[in-house]
Amino acid sequence: MVSEQLVDLSRLQFAATALYHFLFVPLTIGMVWMLVIMESVYVMTGKPLYKDMTRFWGKLFGINFALGVTTGITLEFQFGTNWAYYSHYVGDIFGAPLAIEGLMAFFLESTMIGLFFFGWDRLSRRQHLLVTVLMAVGTNLSALWILIANGWMQNPVGAEFSYVTMRMEMTDFWAVVFNPDAQAKFVHTVSAGYVTGAMFVLSISSWYLLRRRDVEFAKRSFGIAAAFGFASVCSVIVLGDESGYTVGEAQQTKLAAMEAMWETEPAPAPFNLIAIPNEAEMKNDFAIEIPWVMGIIGTRSLDKQIPGIKEIKAKNRERIVSGIEAVTALDALRRDQNDEAARREFEEHKADLGFGLLLKKYVSHFDQLTPEIIEKAVNDTVPRVAPMFWSFRLMVALGFAMLLLFGLALWHSVKGDFADKPWLLRAALYSLPMPWIACEVGWFVAEYGRQPWTIYGVLPTHLSVSTLSVESLYGSLAGFVGFYTVLLVVEMYLMIKFAKQGPGSLGTGRYANEAHA
Amino acid sequence: MLDYESLKLIWWLLVGVLLVGFAIMDGHDMGVGTLLPFVGKDDTERRVVINTVGPHWDGNQVWFITGGGAIFAAWPLVYATAFSGFYWAMLAVLWALFFRPVGFDYRSKISNPTWRKTWDWGLFIGGAVPPLIFGVAFGNLFQGVPFSFDDHLVSTYSGSFWALLNPFALLCGVVSTAMITFHGAIYLVHRTQGEIQWRALRAAGFFGGLMVLSFVAAGVWLWMGIPGYVIQSAVEGGALPNPLAKTVVREAGAWFANYRAYPATLLLPALGIVGVFAAQALARSGRSMAAFWASALAIVGVIGTAGAALFPFIMPSSLDPRASLTVWDSVSSRLTLNIMLWATLIFMPIIILYTSWAYRVMGGKVTAAYVRENSHSAY
Repeated sequence: MVSEQLVDLSRLQFAATALYHFLFVPLTIGMVWMLVIMESVYVMTGKPLYKDMTRFWGKLFGINFALGVTTGITLEFQFGTNWAYYSHYVGDIFGAPLAIEGLMAFFLESTMIGLFFFGWDRLSRRQHLLVTVLMAVGTNLSALWILIANGWMQNPVGAEFSYVTMRMEMTDFWAVVFNPDAQAKFVHTVSAGYVTGAMFVLSISSWYLLRRRDVEFAKRSFGIAAAFGFASVCSVIVLGDESGYTVGEAQQTKLAAMEAMWETEPAPAPFNLIAIPNEAEMKNDFAIEIPWVMGIIGTRSLDKQIPGIKEIKAKNRERIVSGIEAVTALDALRRDQNDEAARREFEEHKADLGFGLLLKKYVSHFDQLTPEIIEKAVNDTVPRVAPMFWSFRLMVALGFAMLLLFGLALWHSVKGDFADKPWLLRAALYSLPMPWIACEVGWFVAEYGRQPWTIYGVLPTHLSVSTLSVESLYGSLAGFVGFYTVLLVVEMYLMIKFAKQGPGSLGTGRYANEAHA
Repeated sequence: MLDYESLKLIWWLLVGVLLVGFAIMDGHDMGVGTLLPFVGKDDTERRVVINTVGPHWDGNQVWFITGGGAIFAAWPLVYATAFSGFYWAMLAVLWALFFRPVGFDYRSKISNPTWRKTWDWGLFIGGAVPPLIFGVAFGNLFQGVPFSFDDHLVSTYSGSFWALLNPFALLCGVVSTAMITFHGAIYLVHRTQGEIQWRALRAAGFFGGLMVLSFVAAGVWLWMGIPGYVIQSAVEGGALPNPLAKTVVREAGAWFANYRAYPATLLLPALGIVGVFAAQALARSGRSMAAFWASALAIVGVIGTAGAALFPFIMPSSLDPRASLTVWDSVSSRLTLNIMLWATLIFMPIIILYTSWAYRVMGGKVTAAYVRENSHSAY
């Protein structure tokens, strides 16, 4: 049996390295389109101000991009180093989008970024704009394939288990690509990136305006960020709502947990605005409900029910019991593949194999099973409610706060008086961390909410790990934390240095704080 | 759709192509990183050296990442078993690579000399450590790796990191580090002039010699002292992959069986050696572009030599030889191999096209004058 400590440390290391990676990714995804917009204006109008904007914001983009690349390599390899059984069990499906991401997107993005920075004097204006557009396309395609892989973890379509190869195998590639979960996730995630890019430019421009520095440069940047940010934040909210609605059991379980819905309420279900979930007694000690809203958001109807946690657990209990048969038959088949009786038994219970495997967290042989152990496994099938409930609310609250900010920024940008509204500029400046916090808690909801599974309904998390020693994990975790802390300090130092210096760092002679050679 | 057996063979070749692509493309900028503190004596010279690969290292590094992804997709069991077994070696590669993006991009953004020197050594580590470890890993593949599977194919590795660093494996590490550094030196000859070019030429002399010597020594050692692995049971190329279904034995001289059976494969080691000498001669006579491709052919020869010797093995198990991972039984399903083949056939030519374009746009000698004129935007 796999030690619980090993599983916890492996999860901690993955969570830490993935969340850290995602400090850099959304800014890349969003800023790259802002660069496309700025450079397009430059190519159309020929005004050097827009070229300087592209180059200055591009410089900050580059500082951020370097760490995105650095921390991304870790993720490409960590499935193999720390999640070996996962890699074997689902690599047939999960590996393909990762490899295609490299071939179709990451090569394009990384080759073009070199030309973006170094090609200004060697390419015509149009050619350089084309390079920037291709870089943006590459970046966003990259996100698409990664989220197709991640979407499959939430909703594993287009695949089937084979007892001969002892793994999941792809049966329908297009089902994996057009997985509704993946598509909803993609648009929600890239939109969140666009908001992050817009907020970054909006905040820093506001800071220049508050100091009355490089005013023309900052005003133009602010205007672009306000418009792009407003459109993006609307898209995040609308499409986020869409990803709540997508069907599938993983999403239903997440929905029940993040809404603290213990019972299946009569349709249309009320929405808990605020609640104090009580895990032990499976009820809310206190709740402010808004009637009907949950049912409408969750089902787009007035008459369909949304299953509560108790109902989900009851259904999962049946699946675990059936899963016991599946695992037992599988063991027989692994000993003798010609065992016809075992094969028939296995085919009958195959759909519940993953649920049977949940029990392996507690026993290695099923002759040691007791009703208490089955009950424990049933309780494992729904993630803990309070962390889901609160992090989801934090994400949504931040989303609406940003909607308000970008709405005001756009309004005053259209009126043309934002530069004289210090309250607005200050609000924009202090809102800088919001999109990052929203992105990180958003991923927490998505991934913690899938527990106890790595692949929902197929492969439990505790079986997915590599059989490493606990000492190795402590060592590598310490190494990652050490490296990443130093890198973050260096990156923040450079980012703040150049953001403070402003466009003068380009050394064009047109701005405040000119750089000296 | 092609039959399963052909797909398995094609994917062995394609993984080889990706590995060779990685060594040629990312290899030359890693070699440049390794040589950086030695061929650049002052800050301007070092900036010249760095800017020869400045616009390209990032794209080149994707060969590594895509290689990892392709092994995940095509050989999931290899990806799982090798990466978790070689845990600390993989982490050392990863952590060494951390120095590259930040080293390239951050180094020249601050003029403090200590800052810049620190990142120069960072780029050295990022250039020298990965090829060393990949060589060591190959050296261990020839000796067999101590892993086994239970009947649900959960792999357990029972060696330590230090056991990987045995003399034969270290010799293989020397081969691959010398090869990559040689390749980087030839690239520098092509992209620089004057003093730096002259130092790069001398480095190419040294590392080319070291590469040939260590390559021949490793071959002799493999011949004399390292038994190979042989599949004893009948091979069903089209069968569903199950690495526990075969029997395997160790046998002296077995790593040379393919060379005995197909003497044409001996052209590979010959290419590895001739390529180096040709590259040196071409570089000295001023035909540096041709020298680069000769050096690339040497890389094809060396990696091909290892691949042809090991075939059909990918990762033999010293602990439980029947669990050895081979081309036949550690692959993905037929459907996945087929889809990945199409993806590669479609995108690889496109990648080569725009990569060549990027090199053409940024081509020509990098000079001190270029660095001075672009001191706010160059690396």
